[in-house]
Amino acid sequence: MLRTKQPRVVITFHTTTAAMQAEALFRRLGQDGRLIPVPREITAGCGLAWSAPPACKQALTGLLAQESIAIEEVYELVI
Amino acid sequence: MIYFDAAATSFLKPNEVRQAMDRAFDTVSSVGRGAHPPALAAGRTVLRCREQIAALFGLPDPSHVCFMHNATEALNTAIFGLIDPEDHVITTALEHNSVLRPLYCMEEAGAELTVLPADEKGRISFMDFEAALQPNTRAVVCTHASNVTGNVLDLQRIGTFCRKHDLLFIVDAAQSAGTLEIDMQKQGISVLCFTGHKGLFGPQGTGGICVSEGVFVRPLKVGGSGAHSFDRYHPYQYPDALEAGTLNVLGIAGLSAGLDFIERVGIAAIHEKEDRLARRFCEGIIQCPNVLVYGDWDAPIRTAIVSINLAGEDAGAVADALAQDYGICTRAGAHCAPRMHDALGTDGLVRFSFSYFNTEEEVDRAVRAVCELAGG
Repeated sequence: MLRTKQPRVVITFHTTTAAMQAEALFRRLGQDGRLIPVPREITAGCGLAWSAPPACKQALTGLLAQESIAIEEVYELVI
Repeated sequence: MIYFDAAATSFLKPNEVRQAMDRAFDTVSSVGRGAHPPALAAGRTVLRCREQIAALFGLPDPSHVCFMHNATEALNTAIFGLIDPEDHVITTALEHNSVLRPLYCMEEAGAELTVLPADEKGRISFMDFEAALQPNTRAVVCTHASNVTGNVLDLQRIGTFCRKHDLLFIVDAAQSAGTLEIDMQKQGISVLCFTGHKGLFGPQGTGGICVSEGVFVRPLKVGGSGAHSFDRYHPYQYPDALEAGTLNVLGIAGLSAGLDFIERVGIAAIHEKEDRLARRFCEGIIQCPNVLVYGDWDAPIRTAIVSINLAGEDAGAVADALAQDYGICTRAGAHCAPRMHDALGTDGLVRFSFSYFNTEEEVDRAVRAVCELAGG
């Protein structure tokens, strides 16, 4: 069976490069979360998104802003 | 880790590819940039690869093999270099965006485009080619094999149609080169676009375009050609006409080794093994509940792709679970082929694509994983 769905904050990006930059940043700083395929609740098709516990939302978006990594959208989903 | 994403990139490659690139690192520089030993070694490496590609695709003149970075660059070169705004082009719903998007650009420039529809199994009707003909029809541009379903188009039949009506026949061989027989002369192909990093076992950044005699493709890029430097214009002779700038010689050395492997094993043997693995996987998963398999499984010839969905589940979530919980690498999403997904009635699929280097044991593990995820 697929894993039980949980609330997550999901950050999408305009490009794969930005998603990879975000991963590098978050890994360097020991932030929680990982890259996942963009859930279909957001868009059909392809792409990578950062998925993390909802409590991380402010920290993650703040870090991305500090590093000038452009966010497409931030979602709170149960996935 | 089990790698079932060969349709994206052949991650599993013959050892000699790595070895050839390692040797090239110490021995070759740039083609046509000097007559010193490393430059000449580069020239010989690239010429040998041209000859291998020409032989593989039934192209008489190896100088009509022009190296590029991938099939996308080759398709852009072919489409922008052969189609004019007053032309009409026929293509199919099976196409990848590397065909569709350049054609949409030409459509915006004034060209007319007919996209032949596919049915719910991703099949086209050959009757539609005749019906689509217009007085200004210039070309058919189509894939050899769908990157979504593995459905194969009959190049011989389409090539015969193109010959009959004096049309250019531009083929995207990204999914078939190295696994299906291609003969440009026999099949009447004007321009064949290929990539090196899938079935040809080369590294990424290799690929190219094969141009039949008498077809002149306007270059997308001009610039350094290594010769005729005082001429105002870029050379018009192939391959230089379409090879402005320094070639990826290290990559081509690896591609050449991949082609050696294919010649040694044989395309028929490679296809047979990949097909056997794909069918074993398909036959395994259709026993499980809630598994939907897409594509035309009645066709005698297919590439080794099995695209599925689990009823009601997000394809991305399924692929993520396969990767995270089972170590199985697949590709979820639309695979850059939106019209094929429209035809199949999906907005995303989980694609398993098999390689000569996969094993039956890996396939059986994947069957068990899919069945567990499907709740069977």
